[in-house]
Amino acid sequence: LVLLSVICCPQNYPLYIRSVPTENELKFHYTVHTSLDVVDEKISAMGKALVDQRELYLGLLYPTEDYKVYGYVTNSKVKFVMVVDSSNTALRDNEIRSMFRKLHNSYTDIMCNPFYNPGDRIHSRAFDNMVNSMMMQVC
Amino acid sequence: MRGGGSSSSAEPGCKMEGLTLSEAEQRYYCDLFSYCDTESTKKVASNGRVLELFRAAQLPNDVVMQIMELCGATRLGYFGRSQFYIALKLVAVAQSGLPLRVESLNTVKDLPLPRFVVSKNEQESRHTALYSSDADNPASYSGVIPPPPGRIQVKKGSVSHDAVQQRTSTDQQESTSPVVSPQQSPPTSPHTWRKHNRHPSGGNNERPLAGPGPFWAPFSEAQPGSSTSSDPIWSGHSPPPHQENWVSFADTPPTSAILAMHPASVQDQTTVRTVASAATTNEIRRQSSSYDDPWKITDEQRQYYVNQFKTIQPDLNGFIPGSAAKEFFTKSKLPILELSHIWELSDFDKDGALTLDEFCAAFHLVVARKNGYDLPEKLPESLMPKLIDLEDSTEVGEQTGEVGYSSSPAEAPPSKSPSMPSLNQTWPELNQSSEQWETFSERSSSSQTLTQFDSNIAPADPDTAIVHPVPIRMTPSKIHMQEMELKRTGSDHANPTSPLLVKPPDLSEENKMSSSVKFTAGNTVNGYSSSDSYASDPEQIGSTVTRQRSHSGTSPDNTAPPPPPPRPHPSHSRSSSLDMNRSFSVTPGQQQAGVVAYPPAVPPRPQPSQGAGPHVHRPVDAEGLIAHTSTSPQQIPEQPNFADFSQFEAFAVSGVNKEEEDEIEMHSEVLQVEKATDSASSLRVAKADGRVEDKAPANVPTSAGKGTTPLAPPPKPIRRRLKSEDELRPEAEEHTQKTGVIAAVLASQPSIPRSVGKDKKAIQASIRRNKETNTVLARLNSELQQQLKDVLEERISLEVQLEQLRPFSHL
Repeated sequence: LVLLSVICCPQNYPLYIRSVPTENELKFHYTVHTSLDVVDEKISAMGKALVDQRELYLGLLYPTEDYKVYGYVTNSKVKFVMVVDSSNTALRDNEIRSMFRKLHNSYTDIMCNPFYNPGDRIHSRAFDNMVNSMMMQVC
Repeated sequence: MRGGGSSSSAEPGCKMEGLTLSEAEQRYYCDLFSYCDTESTKKVASNGRVLELFRAAQLPNDVVMQIMELCGATRLGYFGRSQFYIALKLVAVAQSGLPLRVESLNTVKDLPLPRFVVSKNEQESRHTALYSSDADNPASYSGVIPPPPGRIQVKKGSVSHDAVQQRTSTDQQESTSPVVSPQQSPPTSPHTWRKHNRHPSGGNNERPLAGPGPFWAPFSEAQPGSSTSSDPIWSGHSPPPHQENWVSFADTPPTSAILAMHPASVQDQTTVRTVASAATTNEIRRQSSSYDDPWKITDEQRQYYVNQFKTIQPDLNGFIPGSAAKEFFTKSKLPILELSHIWELSDFDKDGALTLDEFCAAFHLVVARKNGYDLPEKLPESLMPKLIDLEDSTEVGEQTGEVGYSSSPAEAPPSKSPSMPSLNQTWPELNQSSEQWETFSERSSSSQTLTQFDSNIAPADPDTAIVHPVPIRMTPSKIHMQEMELKRTGSDHANPTSPLLVKPPDLSEENKMSSSVKFTAGNTVNGYSSSDSYASDPEQIGSTVTRQRSHSGTSPDNTAPPPPPPRPHPSHSRSSSLDMNRSFSVTPGQQQAGVVAYPPAVPPRPQPSQGAGPHVHRPVDAEGLIAHTSTSPQQIPEQPNFADFSQFEAFAVSGVNKEEEDEIEMHSEVLQVEKATDSASSLRVAKADGRVEDKAPANVPTSAGKGTTPLAPPPKPIRRRLKSEDELRPEAEEHTQKTGVIAAVLASQPSIPRSVGKDKKAIQASIRRNKETNTVLARLNSELQQQLKDVLEERISLEVQLEQLRPFSHL
C-alpha cells in the first residue's frame, strides 16, 4: 500500500527514500518533491502559533487519481512524506498516523547514533528493516 | 605463503589463494607444518617428517604422490606452507574418499581433518573422532606431537562430535586456511579460537609457529582452560595444551592488537605441539565453541573492555556519552557505516549512551569486525546488555551464521596481524589491549570456565541512560539566598558589578543579609527592611535581593545565581532589575522596582548600618522611597539610582526630598533595594544610560558613603517594590520613599555618622562598581538592541525569501 516513503531534511533534500519497487518510481519521486511545497505551506500556515501547538501529522497533503500523499513534520522541520496507493481504502488515517509515529521513533533512534551526522543519508540497516516491514505490512 | 590461503573460498583453483580452511583445519595444518618444519625454514622439504606424515595418512602411495603433485610440492621441490596445507587438505579429501582435485580443496564441505594415523594413540583416533569433521589425529605423529587430539579428547570430551563436525564443516566452509588467512579471512570459528586463546596458558610460548599462531592464538585462548602447561597438555592431558598450541600460534602475530590472545599462544611455545594437534585442538575447540555463542565474550576480553570503559568513564555504572564513544570507536578505523551499525546493535536502549554492557558489546563487535567477521543483523544474545555470558567452556562452536566472528574476534586479529598489519597499526589502543589480552591470557589459568557475567544493568531504562545535569533552581528561601549571597560575595569579590562582593566580608555578609532582605523586601517584604547592607555592590544586592526575594517569595526566579543580563528596559522594572541583578546580583524582581538600587547605585549602606539600617529603614523606607523619588528627578547627586528609580516611581511618590537624612538612611537600607531599583530603573532607563551611569556613580558615592553603613538594612521592602515597576508602582511610592530616603541617606552619607571611614571606602568601592556596572549595562543594552535589529532584519529577509520561493500555494 505504501508506495514510497521519504524523509527529508529541513533543507528539503532527501535523507532517505524507500519505495516499493514499481514502475514509474520517478513519478512518485516527483510527486513527493512537489508535495514538499504543500508541507511547507502547511508549516508556515501554522507556524505563527507556537511550535508546540503545531500538529506533527499533516494529514493528506493532496490526493491524486491514483494515490494519496501524506505528510508529517517533526519539530525540527524534518519531513516525512508517504505516498499511499489510493486503491486501498482500508488504510485509515489512524494507521497512517501510527506509521508516521513509527518512522519518527526510528528516526530518533538514528539520531541517537553518534556516528550519524544529521543531514547524511540514512544507511542504517535497522532502519531499513523497520521501514520495510512497515511498508510491507500494509500491502 | 601463509597468506596463500585467502579467505575467499571462491577460488578453489588457486593453490594458496583459494584455499579456505576452517579454523580447525588451519590450526591443525599449522601445527602440522610446524611439526614438519623442523628446520624452521618455513619450508618443508620432502623429508622424513612430511613423508612420515603422509604415510601416516594411510593413503596409498600413488595418492600421496598425486597429492604432492597437486599441491605443487613436486614442482617446487619442497613443501611451502601453502603447499603443505594444500597437501594436508588433499589428504583429508583423499581420506574422505573424494577424488583428488584442486577444486575439491575448497569445495568440499565438512571435510574432516586429514588423519595421520600413527597408530599409536588411541587418543589420536579419538581425536579424530572428536574432530569428527576435521578431527584428524595428528597425534599419530608418533608422539612427536603429543597428541593434541588426545588433549582435545580429554578436553573436549564434552564436545559432541557433532559440534565438532559442524564446526569443522563450518570451518571448512568458512574459514580460511589457518595459515593463510588468519589474518585475511575471518576464521570460521574465530570465537572458538578466541575462546581457546583466551587462555593463553603458558607453555605455548615456545611455539614458533608464527603464522597461524596469531590467528590461533585467539582460538587457543578460547580453549577453556587448557592453557596451563604446554607439554603436559600436549601429552594430551587436557585441552590446555591445545590452547597453548593455539597460543603459540597466536604468539607470533605481533600485532593483532585486538587479540591479546597471542600472549597465550606465545606461551605455547614450549610444546612441541604439532600443528596438527593445534589444529585439532583448535578445531575441537572451534567445534566446541560452536555450541557456544561465537559472540561470547571471554573473560579476558571482558576485562579488557571494562578497562577501556574505565578510561572513558570511571564509573562503571555510568554511561559513556555518544560523542565519547564515537571518538573511541572511530579510532578503530572502521568505516563509519559499520561503526554506525555497531552502535545500533549495541545501544540497546537507544539512548545515545553506552552502559558498560553496551560498551562491551560494541567493543566486541568492533573487535570481531576488525577480525573480519561480519556484523550480525541483530545483536547476538550473548552480547545483550542484560546478561553477557562469558562462559565459554565447552562449546567452541562456530557461529555459522553471518557471524563470521567468533566470539573472540580479538583472538583472530592477532593471527591476522601479519596480514593485517593495518589493524594493529590502526588501532593502537587495541594493540595495547592486546598486551592486555596477553596479560590476561597469561594470567588466566582456568580458561575452561569463563566467568559468568551477570550484568543486570537494565539498559532499557532510558531514564537512567539519560544523564544530564539537573538544573538547580534557586529556592526562594532566604537561607538559600543568604547562602548564595555568601557564596557570591565570597566569590565575586572581584566582580565589579557586585558591589556587595567587593564590600568587605563583613559588609558583604551584611549586605547579603540586608540585600537579601532588602530584595525580598522589595518584592514582598515590605517592611522587611533587613539590615542588609545595601551592598554597594549591585550584584550583591541583586543576589541578595534575588535571594531575598526568593525568600520572600517575591521573585524566585530572579534569585538565580547568575544575575540576569542587564536588560535595558527602562519601563520594565523587572527586567531592569534583572539587569541590575547582573551587576547587582539583585533579583530581577527587585530591580524592577527600580528601586533596586542600581547595583552600583545602591550604596552599600546596608552593611555597616545594618543595625542602624533597620530602624532607619523603616522610616527611611517610607521616606526613602519618597525621598528617592524625589531625589531621582533631581538626579540625586547622592544616588543616581534613586534618581532613576524616582523617575519611574517618583511619580507616585511625593516629594521626599524632605527626608534627606532619612532618605539617606533609608537610602542605605533602600540602597539595596534601590540598588536594585536603581539597577532596574537604570535599566529601565536604558535609554538613559548616561543617566543611569550618572545615577550610578551618584548612587555609588552615596551608596558608597552609605553603603558601608546602613545599606544593609535598607528597605527591603523597597527592593521588593522595585521588582516590578507595576507592582512597585503602588509600592513604588514606598520604595521611592525608601529609595528616596536612601538616596537622601546616601546623599547625606557624610552626614550619617556611620563608620565614616569605612563608608568612604565602601562608597568609593561601590562607586567604582556602580560605574562599571553602568558601563556594562549600557553596553549590554546597546548590544541587545543591535541584536534585535539584526534579528528583525533577518526575519524580514527570510519572509521575503519565503514569499519568493513559494511558487504556488498549491499543487
